[in-house]
Amino acid sequence: MTSVTVIDLLKKNQILELLEEGKRVDGRAFDEPREIKIEINAIPKANGSARVFLGDTDVLCGVKIQPDRPFPDMGDKGIFMCTAELLPFSHPTVETGPPRDDVIELARVVDRGIRESHMVDVSQLVIEKDKSVVGVFADIVVIDYDGNLFDACSYSATAALLASKTPKWTMVDDTVTLVEGEESQLPTTTIPVSVTMGKIGNHIIVDPNGDEWASMDARVTITSDSDGNICALQKGGSDGFTLEEMHQCGDIAVRVGAKIREIIKESQKGSQ
Amino acid sequence: MGGRDATMVLLDENGIRCDGRKIDEPRRIMIKAGGLKNADGSAYIEFGNNKILVGVFGPRDVHPKHMSNTDTGILRVRYHMEPFSVDERKRPAPSRREIEISKVIKEALEPAVMLEKFPRTAVDVFIEVLQADGGTRCAALTAASVALADAGIPMRDMVAAIAAGKVADTIILDVNNEEDQAGQADMPVGYMPSLEKITLLQLDGVLTPEEYKKCVDVGVQGCKVVYELQKKALTDKYFGKGGD
Repeated sequence: MTSVTVIDLLKKNQILELLEEGKRVDGRAFDEPREIKIEINAIPKANGSARVFLGDTDVLCGVKIQPDRPFPDMGDKGIFMCTAELLPFSHPTVETGPPRDDVIELARVVDRGIRESHMVDVSQLVIEKDKSVVGVFADIVVIDYDGNLFDACSYSATAALLASKTPKWTMVDDTVTLVEGEESQLPTTTIPVSVTMGKIGNHIIVDPNGDEWASMDARVTITSDSDGNICALQKGGSDGFTLEEMHQCGDIAVRVGAKIREIIKESQKGSQ
Repeated sequence: MGGRDATMVLLDENGIRCDGRKIDEPRRIMIKAGGLKNADGSAYIEFGNNKILVGVFGPRDVHPKHMSNTDTGILRVRYHMEPFSVDERKRPAPSRREIEISKVIKEALEPAVMLEKFPRTAVDVFIEVLQADGGTRCAALTAASVALADAGIPMRDMVAAIAAGKVADTIILDVNNEEDQAGQADMPVGYMPSLEKITLLQLDGVLTPEEYKKCVDVGVQGCKVVYELQKKALTDKYFGKGGD
């Protein structure tokens, strides 16, 4: 990701020169994300799924919902977990084996954005307190890479969770039993949307593509919820932001995020 | 979860199977060559409810270096299932089953790929099962052959694959998930139709010697049907509509 694409200095210079003239390599405005296409429930075996194309970045999230044991100190709450993985064909430099630090960061940032927004209402996912709860697993795989996996993964998880139907279980004689034919929408409270911005020179750009991603000096991912509050943030990269830039990024994230939230809502039509 | 329906009729009196197919009828098969931008070659297959993506890289440098061979190129295959591809969530790390299938598919493809032309290099085949429904290894092998061809790697032939099997004492083509779980035998067959060579063959279950021969025959005939679809996918991409 930050280091996978070996981009030559010429390309970086070209990107920077264009930014100085107020232009981006692919002609977008600085605060304009790429086209977002969302395909809901492409994987019928999952309880919900979403394939998201953010420009040429292509990711798929499948949600599995199944009974699980609660965490010891959280007996009155269900479990939500989000993972992310780069499939080896998503980029020539991706290697199989244990995930690298950048992939671990990706999975954790996406998980945190959704978790901290309290999107999934885990208090409604208890089968029997301290004994059995419902676990919601959102597993994301990256199919093709062209920059900004944070947002593509986040949108796919959010869209897949919104599209998810949860089966119903009850306790019968101390065993978790499926109640046949009773499915309901997964309880959700809000729609978190992350917006990732890159800093190249002194310019802030929304949704960096693969070439821009490889040229960035720093980045920040800001997640906002349906009320327009900021609920998670991650700064990355080896340069810093000024206070003023950080204020500006917060405003952009909420403003651009609101538009993207409408696209995610729109994707759910016809799936209910 | 994963419970078997003991009352399910695998084959009715009219010779119709649990999903409405005849005994020698494969499931719906759709193959698309290409599709992935970063891979050197790729293919997508829908085989019944199986949905599988394959990406190929190479020939390229071998890492780690000690794996390289000065006489020939090497083929590496990874077969992997997504956590959401099956009824009960699968842990993301490769299982023993996935490692065995990776090896079996690699050895089924090796006779088809002219690796000797590229000493010291590797061709990497990455198979990702997005949704599984019985017969993933055959569908994966079929798609992997198309992805290798799409990558422009010289090949002697493509490997087509499909499973034959036995349910309700009858030899059938293309075993689905229910038939695999409740049936009497499952025999995945991989075959190079132009070279007339079987490169993958496995069997789970009990067959008489006669049934065994019939099963292989049915499998090989099925592979010839799949082979035409593989060729069509490549023709559509390179010489016709449907390419990208």
